[in-house]
Amino acid sequence: MNERLRDKLRILSDAAKYDVSCASSGSNRTNHNKGLGNATGMGICHSYTEDGRCVSLLKILLTNYCIYDCAYCVSRKSNDVKRAAFTVQEVVDLTINFYRRNYIEGLFLSSGIFKNADFTMERLVCIAKKLRTEHKYNGYIHLKAIPGASDELLYEAGLYADRLSVNLEIPSEKSLKKIAPEKNFKEVYDPMNYLKEKIQGYKEEKKQLRKAPLFSPGGQSTQLVIGASPETDRHILSLSDSLYQEQGLKRVYYSGYIPVNNDNRLPALVKPPLIRENRLYQADWLMRFYGFEAEELTDETRPNLDLQIDPKVSWALRNPGFFPVDINKDSYEMILRVPGIGVKSAQMIIQSRKHGKIREEHLRRMGIAWKRAKYFLCNIQSSFVLKDFHPQIIRQNLISVTHQINNQLSLF
Amino acid sequence: MVYLYDGTYEGLLTAVFEIYAHKQIPEAIGEEGKITPSLFAESEKVITQTGKSERVLKKLYQILPAREVVRLYRVFLSENIEREMLIYRFIVLALGDAELALSDFRNLLTLKMKSIDKQMGREVHRMHAFVRFQRTADDIWFAAIEPDFDVMPLIGHHFKQRYADQRWVIYDAKRQYGLYYDLSRMDFISLDFSQDFSQLTSLSENVLHEEETSYQALWKDYFDSVNIKARKNLKLHIRHIPKRYWKYLFEKQGSY
Repeated sequence: MNERLRDKLRILSDAAKYDVSCASSGSNRTNHNKGLGNATGMGICHSYTEDGRCVSLLKILLTNYCIYDCAYCVSRKSNDVKRAAFTVQEVVDLTINFYRRNYIEGLFLSSGIFKNADFTMERLVCIAKKLRTEHKYNGYIHLKAIPGASDELLYEAGLYADRLSVNLEIPSEKSLKKIAPEKNFKEVYDPMNYLKEKIQGYKEEKKQLRKAPLFSPGGQSTQLVIGASPETDRHILSLSDSLYQEQGLKRVYYSGYIPVNNDNRLPALVKPPLIRENRLYQADWLMRFYGFEAEELTDETRPNLDLQIDPKVSWALRNPGFFPVDINKDSYEMILRVPGIGVKSAQMIIQSRKHGKIREEHLRRMGIAWKRAKYFLCNIQSSFVLKDFHPQIIRQNLISVTHQINNQLSLF
Repeated sequence: MVYLYDGTYEGLLTAVFEIYAHKQIPEAIGEEGKITPSLFAESEKVITQTGKSERVLKKLYQILPAREVVRLYRVFLSENIEREMLIYRFIVLALGDAELALSDFRNLLTLKMKSIDKQMGREVHRMHAFVRFQRTADDIWFAAIEPDFDVMPLIGHHFKQRYADQRWVIYDAKRQYGLYYDLSRMDFISLDFSQDFSQLTSLSENVLHEEETSYQALWKDYFDSVNIKARKNLKLHIRHIPKRYWKYLFEKQGSY
């Protein structure tokens, strides 16, 4: 057994784990050449770590040597950590061998910046190219687009990767300057905008030509670190919204800041802000699948999400005029706004009501969260009758109901 | 009337054919030898005939979208104790009004079919995730599983597409049969092990490829080092990978 390789894997996976992107879905790369692997359909989480996060990809850095000194980053230059670097062949062999054993959906490859951006990006591209061309590998590949890398290299990366990502990390330029003085927003937005153009070009081409060469078919994503800087949830959600709208991102990930360095530019957190992170994911979901606008989810006066109740309930209690909703008559969009009713139950409701009236018992059986939904519905012959809509009282009742759920931090 | 069939899906569809042919409403449909007919009920033994079962299937494809016809088979594989009557009653409902059978979730039967199908989907997805191949010295990639339901017939396609260039076996240790892919076709197999196979979680070292244990160790290293201790959440961890699956997951072996 090669002990040196084990060491490298430990060091370079430990250093990569703070990047929370885990998706292995959204691509459409088929196993067309009787090679290895297939990246179509849903993502698969092959395992879960004891922190409850999914293990879907072999997520590693090519190296944790880095010329930068960003305060939030565990691999920053001034940190006294063990350093290592994989060879191209080592990454290829690990990916193929993990994939063949069905441990992973593919490779997530990032890197510290050694020498310069292009030099680093070139190595990442080389690995992806080798996997695709020499090993007929059709599994998932997620590559980091290194800020500052040339357009030519980014383009080549798009030809081999299923998804690309550039991390914004700190949600405002002012904070970024403070925490990572060598970085700026432009360096992140430039590659993002370049990729957006190319990805759109590919989508257009695919409409005309079914066999158009793939270009990052799973789109691009980014990550925001939460709690390392003072931005409010309102600010963060509006930033995410613009990233979805303007840059056409597939996903924005939120990573609760975990203190890995002692640095007086950063807050001294005792525990990572896990509940806040979860609320941001819930809000993100509401924007992408439930038709909510970013600014609906928080208030000017209360710019942070309520930690005690989820953002959908919170919105409902701030908008009593919207309720009650009539399950038997109101539109799909309205039903989707009722706390306790998800996309699947809303669709079941719409289908079923064509055949007759829906009552409380039907809703309960369909699996909606009755304890939350009951305050917001009418005309369902329910045993529960709400006399007056008092947001404060409903809030208190719901907090005791959802208390356990919050502790579990579900979502993925 | 109690209909007794041979436990195969074709057998069940033949039974449905006979029920319609005799216009005799069934009290129960059950696998011969497994169901104890009540004292006073008459029973009839159904002889599986593919001609009859195919006619039923053909009719189903005429009235239901293909995905829904497959759903009936998935419910059959769930091993749910009511599965035969559920499938029969659903077919009766669908022959009356297919749209109603598919989309009125106020109806308990429709809802039940959907929820069993959902359970099956979850188990299939888990097997896509939790299969762990071990490479043997003669280059067969072997994995043992013990799924909650009989999902083997539903998972082969996924693995065949993905591992088109390696010979593999996936073996259901609980139900004692598996799938073998030989680079061109997939076949159901059963292995004759002298030892009790359900106790065998991994292959013995002398049949393994020389690199196999190294990669298992690397995988375990990887699994341990991507955990973030500050975020520890065992409850969530166990909800995602229930303990009953751990015995075949190398990364979890030794932790229970």
